[in-house]
Amino acid sequence: MKKLTSVNDFVIRFANVNGSGSASANNLFAKVVFRLGVPVSPKNIFPSNIQGLPTWYEVRVSEQGYLGRRGGYDFIVAINGQTLEKDYDDLLPGGYFLYDSTRTLSEHFNRNDITLIGIPLTDICNREIENPKLRPMLKNILYVGAIAFLLDMDFSVLTDSITKQFSKKPKLAAPNIRCLELGFDYASTHFKDVCNLSVKRSNKLDSHILMDGNSATALGAVYSGATVVGWYPITPSTSVIEAFDKFTRQYRLDESGKRKSAIIQSEDELSALGIALGASWNGARSFTATSGPGVSLMSELLGLAYFAEIPVVLVNVQRAGPSTGMPTRTQQSDILACAYASHGDTKHVLLFPCSPTECFEMSADSFDLAETLQTPVILMSDLDLGMNDHVCLPMEWDDDRQYRRGKVLDREQLDNLTQDWGRYLDIDGDGICYRTYPGTHPSKGAFFTRGSSHDPYAGYTEDNDTYKRCMQRLLKKWQTAKGLVPGPHIKTHDKTSTIGLIFYGTSAQATYEAVEMLDKKGLALDTMRLRGFPFQNEVSDFIDQHEKIFVIEQNRDGQMRTLLMNELNFVPDKLTSITHIDGTPIDARYICQSIEALLEKTLPHKGGAA
Amino acid sequence: MNSRKPVFRHPGLPKNDLGCTRSDYEGLDSTLCAGCGHDSVTNGIIQACFELSIEPHRVAKLSGIGCSSKTPAYFLNKSHGFNSVHGRMPSIATGANMANKDLSYIGVSGDGDTASIGIGQFVHLVRRNLNMVYIVMNNGCYGLTKGQDSATADKGSASKKGRSNPFEAIDLCEMAVQLGAGFVARGFSGDKEQLVPLLKAAMLHKGFALVDVISPCVTFNNTASSTKSYNWVRDHMEASGTFDVIPERQEITTHYEEGATQSVALHDGSVIQLHKSDNSFDVTQRRSAINAIEDHREKGQILTGILHINETLMDTHDIIETTDKPLNTLTQEELCPGNQTLQQIFETYR
Repeated sequence: MKKLTSVNDFVIRFANVNGSGSASANNLFAKVVFRLGVPVSPKNIFPSNIQGLPTWYEVRVSEQGYLGRRGGYDFIVAINGQTLEKDYDDLLPGGYFLYDSTRTLSEHFNRNDITLIGIPLTDICNREIENPKLRPMLKNILYVGAIAFLLDMDFSVLTDSITKQFSKKPKLAAPNIRCLELGFDYASTHFKDVCNLSVKRSNKLDSHILMDGNSATALGAVYSGATVVGWYPITPSTSVIEAFDKFTRQYRLDESGKRKSAIIQSEDELSALGIALGASWNGARSFTATSGPGVSLMSELLGLAYFAEIPVVLVNVQRAGPSTGMPTRTQQSDILACAYASHGDTKHVLLFPCSPTECFEMSADSFDLAETLQTPVILMSDLDLGMNDHVCLPMEWDDDRQYRRGKVLDREQLDNLTQDWGRYLDIDGDGICYRTYPGTHPSKGAFFTRGSSHDPYAGYTEDNDTYKRCMQRLLKKWQTAKGLVPGPHIKTHDKTSTIGLIFYGTSAQATYEAVEMLDKKGLALDTMRLRGFPFQNEVSDFIDQHEKIFVIEQNRDGQMRTLLMNELNFVPDKLTSITHIDGTPIDARYICQSIEALLEKTLPHKGGAA
Repeated sequence: MNSRKPVFRHPGLPKNDLGCTRSDYEGLDSTLCAGCGHDSVTNGIIQACFELSIEPHRVAKLSGIGCSSKTPAYFLNKSHGFNSVHGRMPSIATGANMANKDLSYIGVSGDGDTASIGIGQFVHLVRRNLNMVYIVMNNGCYGLTKGQDSATADKGSASKKGRSNPFEAIDLCEMAVQLGAGFVARGFSGDKEQLVPLLKAAMLHKGFALVDVISPCVTFNNTASSTKSYNWVRDHMEASGTFDVIPERQEITTHYEEGATQSVALHDGSVIQLHKSDNSFDVTQRRSAINAIEDHREKGQILTGILHINETLMDTHDIIETTDKPLNTLTQEELCPGNQTLQQIFETYR
């Protein structure tokens, strides 16, 4: 048997029972790799449950800095009896299987192409830890200690991390460190020179941070001056609001300790968006965060916001649908539901962040964008981006930056008006009109906001032409939006490349890795990462410039492909879907294999009779 | 739509403390049916705002969908209005209030808008004790869709369609008391003498104030068999008592017999003096209010007037401890922590 051998380049999977404290132990492992300066990418693949169901935590360690999912497992830590057999089968040949040998493996665990590492975790815990309540949690720390030895990790970074983690409760640090040592010692006694994978200190991450997308999104909202939040708890978006709450409690209090923000946990998502809309209508920056099922409910008020032209920011941390779907698994499957949310003719501005850095930047920009365009802006994050930690560079806030509040007339401007004012009167020809906040002026600027058809002066109308002109003006505004939403990132790898890849959001890292993999095999591919909707001319130009386009996305129906075809008038043959829909983050090997398979299928037709 | 009302006003019209005439509080012409109870409520709102010398532009008026929700167009033309979507006015009002605590908020809704499609939002609005006046123009039917029964239609009541309603009615006042509302009143669009003071008291109350106004639908639900018809309500209403709303500046001069009068001091220093018809009814006690409503219901009567008042409650802003300045006036300097702080925050992610 050839053992898998590498330094700083492998994937380890932890299989646990949820609710046992495993996530924090596994996160400790990932953090230690990060603190050793090695690029690392943890993915928590967890159930929609509080206690007792299978949960996995994958950590990719990559000296080269590949942070997407790779595919395949080199080392599995199998702590969950329910999934032991599946975990055993999932291990790559030559890999390592660490399990709790308190119970011996049954006969049919008979692979001879892997290395077994049996450690009696339960026995050691029962013997060494007096308090039975602490045993399940400390069992996790025990295997982290063992792994530290097996992977030849710098042990002091582990103990330092524990000390840091428990700096406020130093009493808890000692038993944790002791368990790390117990695991480490057991492995060093019984499994010396067994594992050929290792983590060596590197200097790849000098200034980087390890952050989840939801915290970055929340920070963006804090920095861009959002004050009012309406929200309803839903995985995986809840932590956006929790982080906003935490940051504003810390950095947004007045002299007397009162809050410069209002966070209302509402009765449902209808109300959550209603609160955000009411606040924005009244001149405060506001937002809400939700996921697919919430978007379905919010569609009603998204239509109102679109038609009445009320700015609002909606963070959609997507999860696997349809319906309740898989609430704790990732997907990019709300593209169409968001692009055209609500009845009647509606279109919404979408942003597609691919990293915490972009979560922060796009979150901050979305408020400027929404207020400039006076329309909803939807930040299309997903569970993988939102809830997992990602290595990224710290963001910068330009202290000279000024909030762009859009076309709003204040009291003085109303007094000095020399021309006719109507809330929906397009004076500048860009489809964007001037609004006023309630309470601004004793006699000027009041108007009636409504979701019913309105004339340029906000009066109710059923006049056909007036209605039509209003709808056409909204299209003009849509054209204006094209110049304001972030454009695509295009990488023309090779001028002779005839194949282009289109992708967005969390498919980015794995796709860039797949492109490198294929490049090594002699296949040159151009790439375009979409960052916003509506699409600019660059997007259609890129498609025009290539014979074949693959659209890579994490949903079943190729929703982005549909959107591209629909909005840019491309024929279906031009765009081929590569979809990944199982609810786990897309991986590089899958993309690579899919492209190769599709090209093989299409190659025989090349040069043939038309 | 343009108002057809003449712009000319008689110079001798009475003026309030702001120097405004009643016409300064008017809106566009109503497009509701002639004789609609809602127009009387609209007039009541105009009168109450005029008498209280409220600055029209410091009011935001909000509504949902339905005949009642059209009425904000018919009063306070100088105020911003928001005719939202069906049953969602409570959330819009919550957000608006969070953004600017210094404006007054008047919400207008109907029985379909509040007791059916919007009951979830209504319930939670009451729980949050949002500082606003919430007026329900309650006619027991869906007017705009031509007369279907609503959830406040009494069991056994029959509209123009002729079939009696087989379902239990929701009593919004009783529900609001149970949910902890600080001000709950019921009026009748046909009784202006009672309605205007009720609206004034509601406007002076800090926190959530419900005014449920029975406002007959002349077109679909004004039959002899309907318990929401003009005649029925006139014959069966029973006032909890009379009361005076005494603004802060005004001296209390009237004198009533000891024991029958209950004084409640409002947040702004105004006082409500209640002169009760029944001495055992204490409007400041939830249980007493609910008993009174239920007792009258059992007797086939409709209890009107102030049904419950509690001036000791905190409103939403107090509860969630927002700063004293309206949030929509905070500047970038007051909201953005700056780059140096950002870099410090990132230290915790290393």
